[in-house]
Amino acid sequence: MSNPSNTEHFVAPFEEGVAFEELQDAPPRTGYRPSLTGWIGIAVVTFWAVIALAGPWLAPYGENALPFPDAYEEFQVPQAGAPLGTDVADRDILSRIMYGAGRTIGISLAATLLAYTLGVVLGIGAAVSGPKVDMVMSRINDAFLSLPTIMLGLVVVAAIGSSIPVLIATAGLIYATVVFRLARAIGMEIMVMDFVEAAKARGEGRWWIITREIWPNARMPLITDFGLRLIYVILFTSSLSFLGLGVQPPQADWGSMVRENLGALQYGQSIVPVLAPALSIATLTVAINLIVDDVSAHGGGRLSGRM
Amino acid sequence: MLSLILRRLGIGLITVLAVSIIIFFGTKILPGDAAQIRLGQEATEANVAAMRERLGLDQPVPMQYLNWLGDFMTGDLGTSLASDVPIVNLISDRYKNTVIVSALTALIAVPVSLLLGIMAAMFPGSIYDRILTFVSVSLVAAPEFFTATLLVLIFVFALGWGNAVVVGSIEGKGFFELIAHFALPVTTLGFVIASQLIRMSRAAVLNVMNSPYIEMAILKGVPKKRIIFRHALLNAIGPIVNVIALNLAYLVTGVIVVEIYFGYPGLATLIVQAVQTRDFVLIQGLGMIFCLTYVILMLIADIAAFASNPRLRHPK
Amino acid sequence: MPKDSRTQDVIFEARDLHISARREDGAEVPIVKGVNFTVRRGEVVALIGESGSGKTTISLAALGYTKPGLEFTGGQALLLGEDVTGKTTDQLRPVRGESVAYLAQSAAATFNPSIKINEQVTEAPVLHGTKTQGEANEKALALYRALELPNPESIGARYPHQVSGGQLQRLMAAMALCGDPDLLVLDEPTTALDVTTQIEVLKAFKRVIKEEGAAAIYVTHDLAVVAQIADHIVVLYNGEVKEAGPTDVIINRPRHPYTKRLMAAIQPLPEPGQGNIALDEHLRDDPAIEVRDVDAGYGMGVGGQPAVKILRDINIKIERGQTMGIIGESGCGKSTLARVIAGLLPACEGELLLDGQPLPPALADRTRDQLRRVQFVYQMADTALNPRQYIRYILGRPVEFYTGLRGKKRRKRVEELLELVELPASFADRFPHELSGGQKQRVNLARALAAEPEVVLCDEVTSALDTIVGANVIDLLTRLQKETGVSFVFISHDLSTVASFADEIVVLYAGRVAEQGPTDMVLAAPHHPYTRLLISSVPEPRMGWLEEAAQTRAARSGIAGGVEMTEVGCPFFERCPLAIPGTCDKVDPPRLDDGHGHVIECHRELSELE
Repeated sequence: MSNPSNTEHFVAPFEEGVAFEELQDAPPRTGYRPSLTGWIGIAVVTFWAVIALAGPWLAPYGENALPFPDAYEEFQVPQAGAPLGTDVADRDILSRIMYGAGRTIGISLAATLLAYTLGVVLGIGAAVSGPKVDMVMSRINDAFLSLPTIMLGLVVVAAIGSSIPVLIATAGLIYATVVFRLARAIGMEIMVMDFVEAAKARGEGRWWIITREIWPNARMPLITDFGLRLIYVILFTSSLSFLGLGVQPPQADWGSMVRENLGALQYGQSIVPVLAPALSIATLTVAINLIVDDVSAHGGGRLSGRM
Repeated sequence: MLSLILRRLGIGLITVLAVSIIIFFGTKILPGDAAQIRLGQEATEANVAAMRERLGLDQPVPMQYLNWLGDFMTGDLGTSLASDVPIVNLISDRYKNTVIVSALTALIAVPVSLLLGIMAAMFPGSIYDRILTFVSVSLVAAPEFFTATLLVLIFVFALGWGNAVVVGSIEGKGFFELIAHFALPVTTLGFVIASQLIRMSRAAVLNVMNSPYIEMAILKGVPKKRIIFRHALLNAIGPIVNVIALNLAYLVTGVIVVEIYFGYPGLATLIVQAVQTRDFVLIQGLGMIFCLTYVILMLIADIAAFASNPRLRHPK
Repeated sequence: MPKDSRTQDVIFEARDLHISARREDGAEVPIVKGVNFTVRRGEVVALIGESGSGKTTISLAALGYTKPGLEFTGGQALLLGEDVTGKTTDQLRPVRGESVAYLAQSAAATFNPSIKINEQVTEAPVLHGTKTQGEANEKALALYRALELPNPESIGARYPHQVSGGQLQRLMAAMALCGDPDLLVLDEPTTALDVTTQIEVLKAFKRVIKEEGAAAIYVTHDLAVVAQIADHIVVLYNGEVKEAGPTDVIINRPRHPYTKRLMAAIQPLPEPGQGNIALDEHLRDDPAIEVRDVDAGYGMGVGGQPAVKILRDINIKIERGQTMGIIGESGCGKSTLARVIAGLLPACEGELLLDGQPLPPALADRTRDQLRRVQFVYQMADTALNPRQYIRYILGRPVEFYTGLRGKKRRKRVEELLELVELPASFADRFPHELSGGQKQRVNLARALAAEPEVVLCDEVTSALDTIVGANVIDLLTRLQKETGVSFVFISHDLSTVASFADEIVVLYAGRVAEQGPTDMVLAAPHHPYTRLLISSVPEPRMGWLEEAAQTRAARSGIAGGVEMTEVGCPFFERCPLAIPGTCDKVDPPRLDDGHGHVIECHRELSELE
């Protein structure tokens, strides 16, 4: 096939009356379809959700029951009747994990919901309020944000002692600062969009703008972040429990179970009493992270392939 | 640029003051009286009053705060309520231990993970990148004590090397004994911050790699190495330093859990003790040390972000 | 690739070139569907088409490059006789920047912000070993001079953000030419520039291409620009060549219906005497909107004044049922003026009258009825329409809000509005992202009409649209005005678009009105030196215009380093060929009125300006 010389006039064949539609340059968006790692995450999270809800009914023994009351010995190895062995007080580890699931997940979920309610309401509020209100709120928030979370938690627990409501309130308040900053940033981003200005110019009230213009657009990024925040709250509450400052014995909680059974490592008896609760937390948080990572998968870095 | 940094330093100073107020008044609402705690339940009214005066507790609270802040700045952290020992004595050795383990971790983990993160950004979507991403996504979400347990499982239980608990002090230990001494805490902490650092440095470089000027460099026929080291990294340095500072700040809190896990004689055990015995003078001192370190690292992170902007470095 | 191919005649040839996008689900979407064309030595070939035509994709193929996500799927791209489509990046490295160089649309984004200009300009030849650093520096300096850059000796030592946009665009040309390439690929290199800057850059490009003896592929959507610079035109639609031939043939005797439509969409500056005639039936005593002595700006300054003043001493009247065109270059304050009228940015001085009655400056102080009567249409429909709302809701809300219609009546009104902007009623159940750019802009317009307004402020509503689509929107506006008697304030940087349907024109420069009057008069007898510069800068779709324009343009009015606002005096002083030093830069220019509504702000006498 040879090209026409440049002095020639080439005209493609055409039919009269054919309209030349405006061309679409952006391909239509596609919905979220989980990848393999995404599915793994969803499966694991579902598994733990079921255990958290039904744990006490599924567990072979009670939270503080002894599977082998006649042969008391700490850190018994896994065996028939106690598939994960026993802990420092000869209790069935499997049962405690199942009881602890509800407590660990429940506390973290409640704290995250608290953080979100506070953070989103105040953050979006700051974004739609004038610059003065916004500055005062942001400065106060920045002061809290500039403290390491664990230290803040320690000071609170030292001040008012440890109980589950305190744990939820502390984690909720601490993480509300992070949510505040995110919600404010998202709100600000939407506030400067022309469609918000158009609504203001129309004469719409503040409440209408928040609920009809901002919230529908802020919802998705906030929900994606919820997963991430939940991970950090689980890690935070478990760390406090691990330090002995969260859920108090004899209540089962994954973080405090690790702490209770640390002795098993010291004398090299068994690693299961420590590994089992630690692994439970890790599988849960990693699974959530796999979903979050999958949802927010970025098409970035494609230029690298062209170098 | 300079005014921006000065402004940021000013904000840093205000933050430190805010932090000190939070810590001081946060611990002030503790039930109980320092003088009473020091002297025990049997002390007479008169003794307690005398002790209150000696501790300055008879003065108005804002005055107490100013005294406390002044003492703190001159290096006087007060006296422990639980053990009646000056807090400086109590923490000096442990502070050294915590600094050693943190510094060792940073020295090893930062360069290694930067290298890994940048390499992942160079070959996005490759098998190497996918494995690294999967591992770091997993580790970043796992609690410190899970990583620690994994390491104990591998090294102590499977391979039979050493002990799951850090024993003794570093004095008088030979080279290999020192390695054994620090191996587990440093590796655990290293994994924890490396997973963050790898992800964040990878993202920082990838962000730059998507710029039109990188495409232009490709279209100019610039060799790959030069694209990465001259065109991309130059613009990614600011964000990367920012990432390092943020992660070192994270190290400050991560170290607490790891020290407790391995029974390492650092500040962490002291903190937990202080909280459990409600020794709030000790909590105030330790809280200020941790928060100051954290605030300074965040400050460095922000200044690095300014410095990365060529518009600020070379004004019109 | 043989570098001694200087004798070769054919520099580049696309043979049945196919390029496809690979979707995430693996499906192949063809983008370029069998394109053929040839570029010979010393020849500039223009690829012209609208967005989605594949023109940029084809031009990049000359460098053996496809954007991430795209791939070559057939045919050949022969650069100096060798096919570059099958080559690896390593094989292409010595070719890129050496045999073929690329100029992108936005120089601001394509210069690395952290590296000094000279290093970036000289990088390619030095890395490829065809020039020493010293030789490359000399070449760069010669190019800076040829491109008429200010301070050619020192400009290379600056960072990209330290020079203006027009200068950076020319520096990118220097970067491309530094390696003496056989082929230049220019991708819309003047589209982002203001029109008075564009002409200078075009001139410089044309001369340098000729002097360097390079061949070029010039990608653009603008036929008027193409007529000035190209020898040969390839018209693309949807990845296919629709028509190709020498420039004069395509411009003067287009045969393909698509080319004809492209040509028809260009709005030439109307000949004087053919301007729009006022619609008398709508004329009443009071203008729809009157702006009196308005000053406005941003930020908080001292004494209730804004920190940065954008507008000064603005006086305009918008008559009922007429269109007021506001024209000026980026940063002149034209959008600010619209925002002041809309109440989005309250004026700090002066007053606004709506139908003879005072209109409060701030949005919050206006009544709902006042808000209804003045509507604002944004430039970017993408950000102006809430992506999470159905079109039914976007249009239905203002209907309900202003007219109180509900339920069935509201639904019916939405359908009427869609019909009014020539969209099917079924679009009511779509989200904005399910519409094309032109369709979104129509919805955007319909939202303003939902209020049944008296004045609609249109801020660059056609600027983001393709030529044909934009022309259709203008036709729609003209029809709507006839049917509803609404007044339009039409803001644009594009003089030909404004002139094609505005009854009156206001020319803004650096926040001041330079000239205003009936479109006819302003075009036929521009008085202000800036208006003259502006009119003479609008490219005409005929060959030879650039050379003529270059001769007639006054010497001092070259490229502005950026429009400067001035506290006192005439802001055009620096560029004005008729400036009177000591007066123009010290005293605010007086308003000269010829008694027929034609107003000029200038220190010169009217007779001196004719």
